[in-house]
Amino acid sequence: MTTTDIGTLAATLRAVLGAEHVITDRQELRTYECDGLAQYKVIPALVALPGTAAECAATVRACVDAGVPFVARGSGTGLSGGALPHADGVLVVTSRLRAIREVAPADERAVVEPGVINLQVTRAATPYGYYYAPDPSSQQICSIGGNVAENSGGAHCLKYGFTTNHVTGLEVVTPDGDLVRLGGRAPDPPGYDLLGAFVGSEGTLGIATEVTVRLVRLPESVRTLLAAFPSTDEAGAATSAVIAAGVVPAAIEMMDALAISAAEAAVRCGYPAGAGAVLIVELDGPAAEVDAQFAEVERLCRDNGAGEIRVAADDAERALIWKGRKSAFAAVGRISPDYIVQDGVIPRTALPEVLRRIAELAARRGVRVANVFHAGDGNLHPLVLFDDGVAGQAEQAEEVSGAILELCVEHGGSITGEHGVGMDKVTFMPRMFTDDDLDTMQLLRCAFDPRGLANPGKVFPTPRLCGEVPGRRRGAHPAQEAGLAELF
Amino acid sequence: MSGDVLAALRDAAGDADAVRPAGAGDAVAGVPARYRAAPGSTEAAAAVLRVAAAHGLAVVVAGGLTKQDWANPPRRLDLVVDTGRLTGVVEHAAGDLIVVVRAGTRLADLPARLAPAGQQLALDAPALPGGAGATVGGAVAVNTSGPRRMRYGTVRDLLIGITVVRPDGVVAHAGGKVVKNVAGYDLGKLFTGSYGTLGLITECAFRLHPLPAAGGYVRRPVDGEAEAGRLVAAVLGAQLVPSALEVHAPPDGGVEVAVLIEGTPSGVRERVAATRRLLGAAATASDTPPPWWPAYPWRMGDVGLKLTAALSGVPGLLTAARAAGRRHGIPVRVSGSAGTGVLYAGLPGAARPDAVARIVADLRAATAAAGGHAVVLTAPAAVRDRVDLWGPVGGLELMHRVKAQFDPDARFAPGRFVGGI
Repeated sequence: MTTTDIGTLAATLRAVLGAEHVITDRQELRTYECDGLAQYKVIPALVALPGTAAECAATVRACVDAGVPFVARGSGTGLSGGALPHADGVLVVTSRLRAIREVAPADERAVVEPGVINLQVTRAATPYGYYYAPDPSSQQICSIGGNVAENSGGAHCLKYGFTTNHVTGLEVVTPDGDLVRLGGRAPDPPGYDLLGAFVGSEGTLGIATEVTVRLVRLPESVRTLLAAFPSTDEAGAATSAVIAAGVVPAAIEMMDALAISAAEAAVRCGYPAGAGAVLIVELDGPAAEVDAQFAEVERLCRDNGAGEIRVAADDAERALIWKGRKSAFAAVGRISPDYIVQDGVIPRTALPEVLRRIAELAARRGVRVANVFHAGDGNLHPLVLFDDGVAGQAEQAEEVSGAILELCVEHGGSITGEHGVGMDKVTFMPRMFTDDDLDTMQLLRCAFDPRGLANPGKVFPTPRLCGEVPGRRRGAHPAQEAGLAELF
Repeated sequence: MSGDVLAALRDAAGDADAVRPAGAGDAVAGVPARYRAAPGSTEAAAAVLRVAAAHGLAVVVAGGLTKQDWANPPRRLDLVVDTGRLTGVVEHAAGDLIVVVRAGTRLADLPARLAPAGQQLALDAPALPGGAGATVGGAVAVNTSGPRRMRYGTVRDLLIGITVVRPDGVVAHAGGKVVKNVAGYDLGKLFTGSYGTLGLITECAFRLHPLPAAGGYVRRPVDGEAEAGRLVAAVLGAQLVPSALEVHAPPDGGVEVAVLIEGTPSGVRERVAATRRLLGAAATASDTPPPWWPAYPWRMGDVGLKLTAALSGVPGLLTAARAAGRRHGIPVRVSGSAGTGVLYAGLPGAARPDAVARIVADLRAATAAAGGHAVVLTAPAAVRDRVDLWGPVGGLELMHRVKAQFDPDARFAPGRFVGGI
């Protein structure tokens, strides 16, 4: 892309969005050079900040006309580089699209723009007795549009599911620049579940401009306990026992000794001293159910070697229990100058074996690994600690981090449970999927984005050639229209 | 020529008995087929479908044959692929609450395998006449659901991995065996409810749920749709977390509201009592479901519709459906999940097609006003000729493009799906 081309595109976009919403100054562009995965940095050619869905569509159309790739960005908290800009492309930032259009408790729905912050949806719904269930750790800053792109999870998705289970309607700008509505407030719209395909597609199928989410009735009762165990083995056994007893907790989170000490250093959460592992178990629902099952969970923790068990007496104590867990990623910065946050999934029953293998890997490479994870669904978040100042350590850490993903695949798990493939894990996709699998996924991509302009280079290691590229506007290419008519 | 194709299909299936010329019983919605193949593995199915591709055969997948009368008949048909030999549980990892099953496995066969571990695949679509019941692949392809979708969701929420054979005979997987997984596109969702138009589903991985230790039903007859709506809203607004919230409205009688509560024995006792208080003095509790639960409100040969609405629109939709029946002099029977906004309506198969068409038009207007859709799932041929079964569909152009990518020659269940796909 030449400077002249970008100049022409910038002029077009200024006319549509207003000059103040088109950024071309290199210093200002630098603000957007990375997302939450800060080791990758690319300065985009241009940043566009549309203020309406129509402006967003016009921005994408301008990109299509210029043959320029575009990357969508919400709050930029993603941890897989999904919103990493394209050097010759436009970064479409949704931060001005932040209206909560409607909270409709009688429909158990809220309709929001993509730039709305996750937690704001819950805040808007709580006065009516409802909340938005997906709660990624970054929920105070991450956007709903980003959640849709990444199919974000959170600590409570064990019971309540992921973003994909909580989005019932979308308005999207397709990679052709068209505005299309998929689903709505009612369930089961007829036709292919393109909504389901779009959620979690990491910005490669278009940009969501309006999101209709499911609201969940606030539970009557929430009870939380913190149990300390001698090691992760006992904590893992307790987790399995809880699941085997038929209890579906809202959350079961585990931290190992290193993660606990980091959290302690950072936020003084006061977890039991000397614990080799802690479990946080939260139950919610009707009081009659929660009370019955909570007693059972306590018993199962004790039966599996728990020492101290703390039960939160009120919201303040619950917040304190969660404080250590929620701050764990950042807290690791207190005990290590540098670290990699990994995200992989294993079948829960493989936990003891995988943790042992991770410890061996770390010992062999001379790095430390702190383990924080959603134990209930086997979603590991190993934090690989290293010192970039020590020659070779970064490479060792990268190797350990990659080897952990290999372990996940080897045990029948996944290379990502919630952070996404983005650009970070593109090279791991062939470990989990065959060429035919990836080729088949890209049939969907070709249907939405035949030119490959939507977030190119993410998710898939090798882009598929899509063959015939249909016209951008319906009816613009009569021959193609005729071709379509013949096909169906 | 046709003998060559038969030989090639037999060769591909690796088992001469797996392929035979089609008979009268193999017709799909009245459209006769030429061949029938029942491959015994994903690989054999892929080989069969490669032969089908090479010969340009139009293909329809057949599972339990319980819903072959749903949707439009195929525009053309050469090969019926029967999943009757793609059966069995591949893996049940009880500790991980997942199961991997071959697509031809009967849903009704799963409890015997899962219940001993205290687990269930929480799909409870009403049974339909026909053979030994619906298969896993059929339930996924048609996206059926039942009362307990309110608590457990539907196929799209439970399916975590899928193996398919593409129309060109290529085998592909998506998802996996763990519930939490965001690697790659979720093709399971794309195939859910695709009516066999994108390829053959051969294997599905599902998340399981623990079987509840106890359950109880609370039901109450009400005077009319408005009262039903008020009670439904009251249950939704309470914090009782029902597993199902159903309405049942026969054409001539009153309306009934019924709630299913599941959980621990003590919890269920308290919540059933609380639900009775909420529904009023006329409410009764029992351990067994009402006689109408769960069933589609039509019989084979009738007209069956699926009606969806935003939750607040459910009472209005119920009212509109019954009013349409009265207006056109045709009894309309309605029941379904008021708690999720999914109702079903049944009209007698003998009803005059023009009157049915007018009722469908009324229902389309009512569901559109409530943010939903009215889809005719099944109807006699005379009604099909008068009515667009699917009605308006959002995103249709993209759907055509998806179809063109997966099945460029439009050989898989051609014409059965939305927009002539």
